[in-house]
Amino acid sequence: MSENPKAPGNPDAPESCEKCEVGRRDFLNEISFGALAVAGLGSAVVSYQYFSPNVLFEPPTKFRAGSPDLYPVDSVTYLQDQLVYIMRSAAGFWAVSAVCTHLGCITAWHPETNLIQCPCHGSKFKQDGVKVAGPAPRPLPHFSITLSPDGELVVDKLETVQPSQVLKV
Amino acid sequence: MATLPALIERVRQTQAWKSVFRRGPARSNRTRSLAVFGNLFLHYLPVKVRERALRVRATYYLGSISLILFLVLSITGIFLMFYYHPAVPQAYRDIKDLQFVVSNGVFLRNAHRLAAHLMVLLVFAHMFHVFYRGGYKPPHEFNWVVGVILLLVTLFLSYTGYLLPWDQLAFWAITVGTNIISSMPVVGGRVRFLLLGGNLVGENALLRFYVLHCVILPLVAVWFIAVHFWRIQKDGGLTVKDTDERKE
Repeated sequence: MSENPKAPGNPDAPESCEKCEVGRRDFLNEISFGALAVAGLGSAVVSYQYFSPNVLFEPPTKFRAGSPDLYPVDSVTYLQDQLVYIMRSAAGFWAVSAVCTHLGCITAWHPETNLIQCPCHGSKFKQDGVKVAGPAPRPLPHFSITLSPDGELVVDKLETVQPSQVLKV
Repeated sequence: MATLPALIERVRQTQAWKSVFRRGPARSNRTRSLAVFGNLFLHYLPVKVRERALRVRATYYLGSISLILFLVLSITGIFLMFYYHPAVPQAYRDIKDLQFVVSNGVFLRNAHRLAAHLMVLLVFAHMFHVFYRGGYKPPHEFNWVVGVILLLVTLFLSYTGYLLPWDQLAFWAITVGTNIISSMPVVGGRVRFLLLGGNLVGENALLRFYVLHCVILPLVAVWFIAVHFWRIQKDGGLTVKDTDERKE
């Protein structure tokens, strides 16, 4: 047994076989660490999936805003439950988000200045959502607004549209 | 009637005592050292310290006070957990119950809140003090990094605890804070979604912040506090400066 230079416990045992390219110890190390890496990566992916909820119990993003007759021409109506402004001018209807694009505070419509104002950091927006003052990085987004077959306004907060897009009734 | 020292001596001779404390009474420097080495709760502390390092102005005990505050927060936090449900809208009612209905609840809640504020303050003060003394220099570089991690853990603990009362302040602080997170490039939106467990600060967010606040972050803190204390000893003790020698 002591003749075997690769016997375990032999102080002269070479770290790896000189003739072969990969020694047994290196091979086993690579196999085990490779398997560990694959398992680790797999667990990371599965954990990520686990922590991303598939079903959210949040209010629906698409809602009915009632008959167009509820909104007089040249008016701004704030829908508190949906955090959306329904604007109506002679040109038609459009829906603007009431959530400030700065840090998510709820803005308020100020009729005396004709501006949407954020109470947190003083951002101000025009009726079409364009920023006129404050730290907000983007204008307020416009949401898609359509008419349902039975003639009610339908707003979809997941679908943003160009500010030029106005619903004519 | 045996005298007290004789009684203690008799207890020390019992099999039960000897099974717990394998070494004899700590009367010499050697047995005192062995007592520290052989004790799980003491072994990460130095066996001896320089007298200068014990002077108030060497540390102002800022680190020790931070640790004591962490212990106070752990104990008061566990007490609060007996009455708190991390659910909407029960969380808000539980906090009101703690304030107005539960005996001594308002004391515990305020103690937890005040200790949290103080801990953030003390940890910052500790960091400034170490920085101005040059305590981050070799051989203490690694422990400085551990300290920075502990500062971040303290801030995350403070931030996750902020949501738990589920009042207006909590809701808007977390709304604004997580919107700051979402401005991170590329991954910001995903990180916010994962942290809140949704797109809004709602039930999922409350539960996630609760688990982070009560389980994950305290475990991380305990782990790094242990490393932090262990490294003070391994790096050769506290930084001592010549100015600490001056007597007044």
